[in-house]
Amino acid sequence: MTTALDERRASPVRHAVPYPVLLTALAAVLVVSALLATGVGPVGVPADEVARILLHHLGGGGDTGAAADLIVWRIRFPRVLLGAVVGAGLALAGAVVQGVVRNPVADPYLLGLSHGASVGAVLVLTTGAAVLGALTLPAAAFAGATAAMAVVLVMARHRGRLLPMRLILVGVAFGHLFAGLTSFMLARTDSSAAQQQIIFWMLGGLSGARWETLPVTATVVAAVAVLLMIRARRLNALVLGEEASAALGVNATRLRWYLLVLTTLLTGTVVAVSGGIGFVGLIVPHLARMLVGADHRRMLPVTALLGALFLLWADVAARILIAPAELPIGILTAFLGVPFFLLVMRARGLATQENA
Amino acid sequence: MRLDLDSVSVALGGRPALDHVSMTVHSGQFAALVGPNGSGKSTLLRTVYRARRPDSGTVRLDGHDLWSVPAARTARHIGVLMQEQHTGFEFTVAETVALGRTPHLGLFDRLTRADHEAIDEALHRTGLTAFTGRRVGELSGGERQRVLLARALAQQPRLLVLDEPTNHLDLRHQLDLLELVRDLDVTVLAALHSLDLAAAYADTAAVLQDGRLVACGPPADVLTPETIGEVFGVDATVHHDDGTARFVLRPRCVCPDACHWSCRTRRLSGVGADAD
Repeated sequence: MTTALDERRASPVRHAVPYPVLLTALAAVLVVSALLATGVGPVGVPADEVARILLHHLGGGGDTGAAADLIVWRIRFPRVLLGAVVGAGLALAGAVVQGVVRNPVADPYLLGLSHGASVGAVLVLTTGAAVLGALTLPAAAFAGATAAMAVVLVMARHRGRLLPMRLILVGVAFGHLFAGLTSFMLARTDSSAAQQQIIFWMLGGLSGARWETLPVTATVVAAVAVLLMIRARRLNALVLGEEASAALGVNATRLRWYLLVLTTLLTGTVVAVSGGIGFVGLIVPHLARMLVGADHRRMLPVTALLGALFLLWADVAARILIAPAELPIGILTAFLGVPFFLLVMRARGLATQENA
Repeated sequence: MRLDLDSVSVALGGRPALDHVSMTVHSGQFAALVGPNGSGKSTLLRTVYRARRPDSGTVRLDGHDLWSVPAARTARHIGVLMQEQHTGFEFTVAETVALGRTPHLGLFDRLTRADHEAIDEALHRTGLTAFTGRRVGELSGGERQRVLLARALAQQPRLLVLDEPTNHLDLRHQLDLLELVRDLDVTVLAALHSLDLAAAYADTAAVLQDGRLVACGPPADVLTPETIGEVFGVDATVHHDDGTARFVLRPRCVCPDACHWSCRTRRLSGVGADAD
């Protein structure tokens, strides 16, 4: 079926930078960024000082009591790490949800997850419940997110199948219900302190970073990332649709369940410690696709690294722009992310064809 | 690879879409499914590539019940060219064709040399070697159809299922596709709209009407004016010259005042209805 015409339409070279080089470069930038970001703040700490303090602690050294030591090791570094972990988690969750529902505007929040988390968090903030001490708020947010996803998955099911458009419709519908519930509780509470807390929680922030909770979050994100990578090839098949998946021996509904349960775990875990940080899950996967294409085996690792980088620097901006006060990071991700995304979209001619 | 359907029935929305269909495609044979829209062609194909489990009856591959083994295993033997589906993402031609290897790969496997050879062979056969880096979304409908064929070929199937494979293809590429498929050492089950192509390329024609198999056999025996007229509700004549059959179809017109445009034009130009 080859014609002379075909031969003349040579394929353009798509990837200027070899993939392993790109991946290594991004990882290196992330490490350097973490050092720099840890130094930035109301009290500046030079990068070499940051490195020295970190090496001291990573080598098993205890707190020295110095102000810089306290700031770097106790406050900023866990926060920088949390930013990277949360960013990677949200971006990965976005990439997977976009693939699962075959919709490029999907993100982990489209399916009602974040609104569910808000209901849990607001319930705790308005009632002042503290059954689990400091862990009450994240636990309630996680429970809200997973409960929301469970309801959405069960309601979207139709004759044993889980179809994308139905998932989106049910997710959006429940999202509105949960948002209404949150607004109701917000409006009913008399405490303006609680209202303030709720608004801040819903806009997201990383000030809750603690060495005590960081390992749990990081472990969940890392474990889910590995499990997602193992399914990356099947996720490619899933993107081609129900019929194509069947033809390739992939049970679309079963794979959707599996991936959505993983995504729920991932999103619930990061939302619990960071609140509702929007937009990362929506744009970062698109940036990754622009860099390395749509093959999930290549784009998922890049998505995670870019997500980590993006949120890490967004948090730096959140900390210094109106210092000593702090901007909710959700505002930053929107302010930085939207223009950047629109610029790239126009430059790359993304989504310029109907259906494609 | 031999394919047997044994009394396969499927109901869709409470209505029977396939009604006790039994047929056999012998190893290496090309069977064409023919029938009007909604006659059950696609549904029948879907029970074979495992997108729809039959409500009753069995589909057997080389004598083994298809639906009793894991989907990933049967997908190693069955390649499918289905009606086009759009995706919102931007896979390249190479990435799309490589997906054909999915059923052959475990969760932790990487593409081996044999996989790459299968992919290159599929790209070469479909004339897509120069297209590998292009995004599928940028291609024309016909080129996209060839990408989907290449994906099916990369599966190295022993049974090829084709659902209206000549859709979106120009005349030349329709012939190229069917010539290519006939040159493969595989069993083929294809839903075809064109009776001419079915008669030219198929060993067996199976005619479906309202989910029932009304005729099955060599095209010359099955694709008769009577059967075609009955199943499609048209007036059909068949011309045989140098071994190929050509079908001339007209609306079935029984009214005295020639309600159809083509009847009126034929009368005006003095061509009698029985001139054939």
